[in-house]
Amino acid sequence: MLFLIGLVSGIVSGMGIGGGTILIPALVLFAKPDQHIAQSVNLIFFIPTAVVALIIHIKNRRIDFKTAIPIVVFGILGAFIGSRFAIKLPGSVLKKYFGVFLLILGIYEMIRKDGKKSAGSNN
Amino acid sequence: MSKYIKLMLIGLVTGLANGLFGSGGGTIAVPAMILLLKKEDHIAHATAIAVILPLTVVSAVLYISNSFIDWGLTVKVIMGGIVGGYIGAKLLAKCPSRILRKIFSLFMIAAAIRMIL
Repeated sequence: MLFLIGLVSGIVSGMGIGGGTILIPALVLFAKPDQHIAQSVNLIFFIPTAVVALIIHIKNRRIDFKTAIPIVVFGILGAFIGSRFAIKLPGSVLKKYFGVFLLILGIYEMIRKDGKKSAGSNN
Repeated sequence: MSKYIKLMLIGLVTGLANGLFGSGGGTIAVPAMILLLKKEDHIAHATAIAVILPLTVVSAVLYISNSFIDWGLTVKVIMGGIVGGYIGAKLLAKCPSRILRKIFSLFMIAAAIRMIL
């Protein structure tokens, strides 16, 4: 079952849709870990795939570093605040917050116009 | 809105969501770069990975250091993910992902409702 969930999420990431938005709810609904654990699985899951993708993109000169660097600086600040907040929340509350976020992303994915998006593993 | 304010906002919001929800950074950063910074699609996708990777490392370290980690579960899921990523890339070359996207968006909405209720 866990392998299957990983498999489906991998397929979805390969298609350029955020794998995490499938992986986390699938884990929570079928394997029932704590919400924090499901989220940490996705964070760690993302790292090796992103490293591989990043190397390919750097070789192909597709990365705009002038844009990436300032975003990363403020992004790290955001990541600290967001992670600290998640860690402090009880799992049951975090799960509901995640549900609201997922609902917004699901509706966005449903209604958005489908462009010719290049594949890339987005978290 | 000045360019620097935009970069700052994109960073903060992407980092916050990615840390709080353990996902969704790319779903925010890619359209933000396309719409606010007028980047091309493929540049935005590639640049988003360069952005989200360090943010994810920071968040993962914080989760792990607070014992929110199950290595057994993580390894099993990653093994499935490697095979799935390969199939996904092949599948993408063969069939349009438009219909699959709609199916997944339905799953996301249904799962979201179950998680909220």
